[in-house]
Amino acid sequence: MAPDLTVNGEEPAVKFSNIEIAYGKFVAVRDFSLAMRKGSFVTLLGPSGCGKTTILRSIAGLVDISSGEISIGGRRVDDIPIYKRNIGLVFQSYALFPHKNVFDNVAFGLKYRNVPKADIARKVSKALEMVRLPGSEKKLPSQLSGGQQQRIALARAIVFEPEVLLLDEPLSALDANMREEMRVEIKKIQKQTGITALFVTHDQEEALSMSDQIVVMNAGAVEQIGTPEQVYETPATAFVADFLGKANMLAGTVSAVDGLRAKISLAAGQTVTVISPKALVPGTPVTVVVRPQKLPVGSAATTNRLAGRVVSTSYLGGSAIYEIDIGGRTTIRANTQINGRVAREGEAIDVGFDPAGCVLLDESGRRIS
Amino acid sequence: MSAAHPDKEGRWAWRLTGFVTLCVYIFMFAPIIATIVLSFNSSMFGGFPMTGFSLQWYGKLLENEQVLAAFRTSLWIALVTALVTTALGVVTAFALVRFEFPGKQTLSTLVILPALVPETILGVGLLVLIKAVDQPRTLLLLVLGHILLAMPYVVLIVQARMVGIRRVYEEAALSLGASRSASFREITLPLLIPAVVAGALLAFTISFDNTSASLFWRPAGVETMPTQILSMLKISISPEINALGTVMILVTVGIPLIGGLILQGFTRLRRRNKPRRNDNENVEHQAA
Repeated sequence: MAPDLTVNGEEPAVKFSNIEIAYGKFVAVRDFSLAMRKGSFVTLLGPSGCGKTTILRSIAGLVDISSGEISIGGRRVDDIPIYKRNIGLVFQSYALFPHKNVFDNVAFGLKYRNVPKADIARKVSKALEMVRLPGSEKKLPSQLSGGQQQRIALARAIVFEPEVLLLDEPLSALDANMREEMRVEIKKIQKQTGITALFVTHDQEEALSMSDQIVVMNAGAVEQIGTPEQVYETPATAFVADFLGKANMLAGTVSAVDGLRAKISLAAGQTVTVISPKALVPGTPVTVVVRPQKLPVGSAATTNRLAGRVVSTSYLGGSAIYEIDIGGRTTIRANTQINGRVAREGEAIDVGFDPAGCVLLDESGRRIS
Repeated sequence: MSAAHPDKEGRWAWRLTGFVTLCVYIFMFAPIIATIVLSFNSSMFGGFPMTGFSLQWYGKLLENEQVLAAFRTSLWIALVTALVTTALGVVTAFALVRFEFPGKQTLSTLVILPALVPETILGVGLLVLIKAVDQPRTLLLLVLGHILLAMPYVVLIVQARMVGIRRVYEEAALSLGASRSASFREITLPLLIPAVVAGALLAFTISFDNTSASLFWRPAGVETMPTQILSMLKISISPEINALGTVMILVTVGIPLIGGLILQGFTRLRRRNKPRRNDNENVEHQAA
C-alpha cells in the first residue's frame, strides 16, 4: 500500500516512497515514506544509529537504497549519480576544501554548472553577504573559526540554488553559544531563500525550534511525523514521549469509566482521573504520559494530587525541576514555575496534573486516539 | 635509585647517551665519508693514506664511455620507474583505501609482498619466469622489475596519506556537481601531492640504487650504475670507483632533498600567492 504523498494536491519538493536501505542482513532503514512540501523545513530526529543520517545520505546519493523510490521535484533520482542531483549538502565537520580559499570553496558548485565567471563572482559575494561573512573570499578555511567555517559551508551549499538543502547535524561540532546563533541563522536563511531543507539531528531542542515538520525515528523506522507541537504534545508512541522531553510515564490499569473520563489505578498505588480521546474498557492496562511542564507542585497541584517526597531539586532561576518519589519505586519529574519557596531534598510535596493534560498509551506503547 | 643526586646521575646518563649516539653516527656515516674523501685522493690506489687532493678521478669518469652509458641507463630506468610506479601506486592506494571489494585484503598483501621477499629470490623468480615463456631479457623487463620493487613503498606512502584525507571532502565535491574524476583531480590529488612526490622520489632512488635484482634482469651488454661499479671492482679497486660512488651518493641523497625543498617552497608559495591571484580575478570581473 503506497501512501498518498501529495501535499495539498501539489507535487512535493522531495518524496520518499517506501524506501528500504539494507547492508547485507542489517536493515538500516525500513519502509520510510515522507513528502516534503516545497520551502518547508523538515527534521529527522532520533538517537544515533536510528537511520536518520542514512536517509539523508540516500537522497544525496551517497548511499544506495535497496528498494523504494526517491524523487526530487517530481524527478526520480535513485539512479542519478550524486553530482547530477542538484542538492546542497552541509556536513557536521564543515568539509571545506582545506587547500582552497573561501572564494574557490563557495564558487565550486557554480564552476561545475558552467556559470559565467562574472556571475560567479557576483553570486559568491551575495552568498557571503547572506551568511554575514562578506569580504572573506581570500581566507583559507584554516584561518576561520568553526562557526565561520560552517557559515561558508552553508554559503557553498546554497549559492547554486539547489532544489533541496541537506543538513547533516551541522551544529553538533559547534560550541553551545555558537550553536544557538547558527540555529537562528540557518532558519533565517532557509526562510529567505525559500529552499526546501532536510535537517538531521539528535537534539530535540534544535528539532523543536527550527522545524515545520519533525520525523521522529527509532531503529530504522518512523515513530511519528508531525509538527513540533504535535510530536511534543501528542506523542504517538512511548519512544517519542520519552525521547522528546523525557515525559513521565506512569503505568496503571483502567479501574472505572464514565464516558470519556476514566479512573486509572497506578502501579504506584494511587488512583488518578484522566480524559481519554475514546472510551476505555475497565481492566485494560494503560500508560499515563505527563510532561514535566504540566505537573504543578505544592498548593498549585489541584487535581490528581499525588503525595510525594523531593528526591532532588535543580534550581533554574525562574523555574525548578524536582524529582519526586511518589512511592512504589516511581519517580516523577516536574518542571515548574517557582511560586514562593523552592522545596529542598527530602521535603514532603504534592504533585498533580490536569485530567486533560496527559496522553494515554495502550499496552503496545501506541497513543490511544 | 638514589634520589639524592639526581643531577649527577642525569648528567652521566646524558653523556653516555651522547657518546653512544656519536658512535652510531660514526658507524653509519664513516663508509660514506671515506668514499667521498677518497674520491679526491690523488693516489693510484683506492684507499688510505691520502697522498694529495685531486679531481682527476672525476675527469676519468667523464672520459669513461662505459660509465657514462651506465649512468644514462640508470637515470632513464629510474625516471620511467618513478613515473609509472607513482601513477599505478596512487591509483592502487586510492582503490585500497576508498573502495570495498572482494579480495581487498589479499590484494593489499600482494602489493606489499615484493618488499618482503628477498630481492635475490625475486630476481631469480622473474628471470625463471621469463625463461619459461621464452622471452629475451630486455630493458623493458628491467624496468618492469624495478616497478615491481618500488611499488610497495609508493603504495604504502600514498595509502598512509590517503587514510588521512577525510572522505567528506570528496563527498562535498560530488554533491556540488563535480564528477568522480573531477573530484579526484581537484580535491583528492592536490591533498595527496606530498605523498605523491615522496613516493616518486623514493621509487627513483630504489630503482637507481638497485644492484642484486638488476644483476639478474639486465640484458646482455647493458650496465646500470651499480652493476657497472661491481664489474669495475672485479678488475681493480680503482679510485675511480670512489668518484663514481660519490656521484651515486649525490644523486640518491640529493634528489629527495631537492624534491623536499621544492615541495616546501611550492606549498609556501601557494599559501602566499593564491589569495592574491583571486584578488586579481575579482578585479577583472568587476572591470568586465
